[in-house]
Amino acid sequence: MSKILDGKIPDGSIDKKWTDHKFKMKLVNPANKRKHSVIVVGTGLAGASAAASLGELGYRVKAFCVHESPRRAHSVAAQGGINAAKNYQNDGDSVYRLFYDTVKGGDFRAREANVHRLAEISVNIIDQAVASGVPLARDYGGLLDNRSFGGAQVSRTFYARGQTGQQLLLGAYSSMMRQVDLGNVQLNYRREMLDLVIVDGRARGIIVRNLLTGEIEAHEADVVILASGGYSNVFYLSTNAMACAVTAAWKAHKKGAYFANPCYTQIHPTCIPVHGENQSKLTLMSESLRNDGRVWVPKLKDDKRHPSDIPDAERDYYLERVYPSFGNLAPRDVASRQAKYRCDEGRGVGESGKAVYLDFRDAIGRLGESKISERYGNLFQMYEKITGENPYKQPMRIYPAPHYTMGGLWVDYNLESNIPGLFVAGEANFSDHGANRLGASALMQGLGDGYFVLPYTVGNYIANTKLEKVEKTHDEFKRAQETVKSEITKLMNIRGNRTVESFHKELGHIMWEYCGMGRNEAGLKRALELIPKLREEFWQNVRVPGESNYLNPELEKAGRVADFLELGELMCRDALERKESCGGHFREEYQEDGEAKRDDENFSHVAAWEWTGANSPPVRHKEELKFENVKLATRSYK
Amino acid sequence: MSELTKKINLILKVWRQKGPKDVGSFKEYEAKGVSTDASFLEMLDAVNEELISKGDDPIAFDHDCREGICGSCGFMIDGEAHGPQKSTTVCQLHMRAFKEGDVLTLEPWRASAFPIIKDLMADRSAMDRIIMAGGYISANTGGARDANSILISKNDADQAFNAATCIGCGACVASCKNAAAMLFTAAKVSHLALLPQGQIERKTRAERMVAQMDAEGFGACTSTGSCSASCPKDISLVNIAQMNREFLKAKVFKEDQVDVGGGF
Repeated sequence: MSKILDGKIPDGSIDKKWTDHKFKMKLVNPANKRKHSVIVVGTGLAGASAAASLGELGYRVKAFCVHESPRRAHSVAAQGGINAAKNYQNDGDSVYRLFYDTVKGGDFRAREANVHRLAEISVNIIDQAVASGVPLARDYGGLLDNRSFGGAQVSRTFYARGQTGQQLLLGAYSSMMRQVDLGNVQLNYRREMLDLVIVDGRARGIIVRNLLTGEIEAHEADVVILASGGYSNVFYLSTNAMACAVTAAWKAHKKGAYFANPCYTQIHPTCIPVHGENQSKLTLMSESLRNDGRVWVPKLKDDKRHPSDIPDAERDYYLERVYPSFGNLAPRDVASRQAKYRCDEGRGVGESGKAVYLDFRDAIGRLGESKISERYGNLFQMYEKITGENPYKQPMRIYPAPHYTMGGLWVDYNLESNIPGLFVAGEANFSDHGANRLGASALMQGLGDGYFVLPYTVGNYIANTKLEKVEKTHDEFKRAQETVKSEITKLMNIRGNRTVESFHKELGHIMWEYCGMGRNEAGLKRALELIPKLREEFWQNVRVPGESNYLNPELEKAGRVADFLELGELMCRDALERKESCGGHFREEYQEDGEAKRDDENFSHVAAWEWTGANSPPVRHKEELKFENVKLATRSYK
Repeated sequence: MSELTKKINLILKVWRQKGPKDVGSFKEYEAKGVSTDASFLEMLDAVNEELISKGDDPIAFDHDCREGICGSCGFMIDGEAHGPQKSTTVCQLHMRAFKEGDVLTLEPWRASAFPIIKDLMADRSAMDRIIMAGGYISANTGGARDANSILISKNDADQAFNAATCIGCGACVASCKNAAAMLFTAAKVSHLALLPQGQIERKTRAERMVAQMDAEGFGACTSTGSCSASCPKDISLVNIAQMNREFLKAKVFKEDQVDVGGGF
């Protein structure tokens, strides 16, 4: 039966909710904190900041990551920046404006209260990062510098050249390592979470595989926090790192956690185009480049001239033409769709015709090569390494690629899922970005959740809950361990003829074709036929070499692809049910002049899916969204 | 696709070792029809796909972001860490750097502080333990003052940033004939020593991190500069000089003595 979910949004005016809520929370006495344990899965921005902050408070934290070191989590690859409503530039920014821009940018499909809290704590994040030694860019007077990002008309993005994610992650990582040194955080690396353990209705532990030895370990705690990232790798080719997977979140979903808005995926407009069949991943070129780069295609179809031979009069700077007030800084979903339209019209460039130009000629003319190099040097270098072309001399070729997923496990205002004691942070949850995330907001949300939300809400949960001691010998742990072991044995014993990679690629093609930048009913129905067939073949014909009690990267991949094969189906189902276009979810049947056409009457809600078993359809629950502060309106960037 | 795309064939001599305690040896593989637009790891992916299809065990190597920033990847190609291209991790090394018929030898990082896990993978957790020994600023969440109340000159901020770009891949250790981790450790010591926020713990940090580096079994520095030359992020040797200064200062001045600054 479909239910209406309660987001547990506190009462009061939007700017008081979080302050009042924090005051009303119960506290855990400092001496009692060390009696409580918290598991944190994932050590990216959200996980590392949560582990560090909870360790500082005195909880016993167990942190887990699939990498050999927590510093390698994929947050490290974020390039452009992090938003904060500091208004250091005196250009009219405020907490309310960041809140407003984010709700609007999310195409009115995010929870107002969460977004306002995020905007409030954005300023503390920058202070915390600087205090822990993150070398954010400074101007000549020694003050912090800002740049602009898409979907905003103020400069509120803090940055560290094109490596902001790396610097912020290393900041959170070093704070966490300090807690490891102090004995408050126990670090478990090269461990992959393969099940969630629920005892008496509460999340009480996880089952992990030690990736070096193959051992299946059980870990118990009073609270479990998932900060395991997003699921863009369902598309096979994406800007995510190779190990990014839905597995931890998906295992929790199969244990009862609702999965919200899986069809909200972000296709980032500026990535290096695909070069061939053997390509393993796509590389992002930061949105910050659109501060100085101009996007264009030739006015003529199939124009094969070298870009420098095409005079200005024969170029179509289409973002500036269609969206004069935001120009090249139109939000991501809008910019991606426009790139697709131009290529569909036959005006794409490069050998495949699936690319548009991002041109720095005018900015270099205005500011000089050295200024551009100071701002984006590492990105230009990366582009040249990959393509063999020099972007100082000729425009970059770019094309949209899967980059971020706004959907994720459903959580209430406290970031707690529908399973008591299971909290979800960062990209792994669904809560703050609605149907489209604005640039430089992912780092903000990850650190906001970890530094400033979870330390309060997890404490409140512990203070309000009577938690009996649970041993790893409890039947639920044993049962979960057995399930994980038998799944691994099953995968190892198929000994089929197709590699894991070939299944992943085929799934990626289906998802990109039918559930990518444009979706329609016929295509989604087709995908819903193809995916179960592919999944069936996977379980009969996949080949996993090696042994399960040794390091075995193919076995790791096989488990992740098996989960993607289930998630892909849910994404298509969600996309089919959402009969409107909003943000990154573009249903071709619902549009007006090529722009997304929302249906607020019928779809102003979160869809949260409940797993009901492998052979029965999932149930779609709803959480109604109320817009009491930002008036529902058609998004316009014109 | 660049205009010069072509297909080449290579011979790979790869170090194969089943586990940390097993004996390893070189095995030869052919990489056929490799697009010069592919990355080095994509070339290995294709070799692995073929190995799996034939029922063989694929070559294990660490990798993740494939954008040169996570620091996961790294092995020796013909004796050079991350291969022949300067300032480039092996995931960003593209096959256009090679030519038809090349014979390439692939080996894991070799250092006693980096035990081999399997094939081209080494255990670099010693580097985490060095960071654990003071590679941070003790600033609990919540107590930070306004970020702009700390003024940092652009020059200091830029230099600190340059040191902080270290990705912890271990190429510096692998390239050093003494298997020293000086450049890695120095990059963190300098990054924090250059910032006003890092001053309070400056002395203990240098002392503890250096002690941990020694305890992990990394070698001593003889200033050959091979670390910096092989660094994919161009971390400068100047950082090592800075760390030596920090260490010496820490030894000379006791904790309770005021450092008059700049003296050494």
